[in-house]
Amino acid sequence: MSRIHIISALFGHFLLLSLIAIGGVTTVLPDIQRYVVDTQHWMTAAQFADAFALGQVSPGPNMMYVTLVGWMIAGWGGAIATTAAMVLPPATLTLLVARARSLSPQARLGRAFRGGLAPITLGLMLASGWILVTSVDQRWPGYVLTVLTIVLVLRTKWNPLWLIAAGAIAGMVGLI
Amino acid sequence: MVTTGATGSRVSESAERRIGPITLFRVFSGIAVTGFGGTLPWAHRELVERRGWLTEREFVETLGLGQVLPGPNICNLAVMVGQRFAGYTGAAAALVGLLASPFMCMIGLGLAYHWFGVVPLARGALSGMSAVAAGLVLATGLKMTTGLQRHWRGWMFGVLAFVGVGILRWPLLGVVLVLSPLAVAAAWWDEAR
Repeated sequence: MSRIHIISALFGHFLLLSLIAIGGVTTVLPDIQRYVVDTQHWMTAAQFADAFALGQVSPGPNMMYVTLVGWMIAGWGGAIATTAAMVLPPATLTLLVARARSLSPQARLGRAFRGGLAPITLGLMLASGWILVTSVDQRWPGYVLTVLTIVLVLRTKWNPLWLIAAGAIAGMVGLI
Repeated sequence: MVTTGATGSRVSESAERRIGPITLFRVFSGIAVTGFGGTLPWAHRELVERRGWLTEREFVETLGLGQVLPGPNICNLAVMVGQRFAGYTGAAAALVGLLASPFMCMIGLGLAYHWFGVVPLARGALSGMSAVAAGLVLATGLKMTTGLQRHWRGWMFGVLAFVGVGILRWPLLGVVLVLSPLAVAAAWWDEAR
């Protein structure tokens, strides 16, 4: 596959995914991983997990890992393709329906949408986390670190960035 | 969006204000680069507390709409705020402002990964970070369970989505297209009773 074909394939796939990215771009992680790792073999599961982890330390929206996935597969063109495809359809949709009062939190349709989609978002979020856990070939200290992170996030109000930094240090000194 | 609301309190002084695309670009760039570990608190501080572009209520409502729509919440918020103050140019300016610096930052990290990704020290750091990142995502999902209504049907949809996509690895598109209409219809029907 030539680079331009890869870029257009990425663009098309991410365009479609962006429209079902309910509750943010982390919920479509399972499908991005499936597509770029299992179907197209453009990167390994470990590289994908690395891209996601690096996306967490970037400033800005919680979706920047898609930029890095695009860059790692096809350079600048890939990065622009995945980022634009993930952002533009929802942005257009937002412009179209921003004035629709029927989707406001008070309106019944808005409540039905939010109430109905919330559990699905949750299920997909857990699926994404599960796939990240299983895509890294970890030994038991890695699993311990994952569980420890969950406990700390649920029990404290610490900035996630510190937890990532702590994880990086733990990995560097050879604990993981 | 504001002046025709059912209640008078929806009208704010900010409603008629014009803010140029360049200012929008700058402000959203600022929100993006300061927003380590989550941009929403920074967006709130900047848009509501510091600049008064939105009232507290407008912020919550704009965000609520952004949550119903697909895509990153903060991007949808930027588009709505930009459009309100400077039309389509404003929407584009706010969105590009929000994404430009993080985009370049990711390219920088990508280059670093390319050069140093195989160095043992970096490999160690990355496996530690990946383990934490997985935990962060799982914790976010678990946090959301507390906001869920205590109805078995909601839980059922959540479990189906998790098992279908996470365990069985079915295509996301199919799972979402089947489950979402059913879940929204069920929520709609619950409201009627």
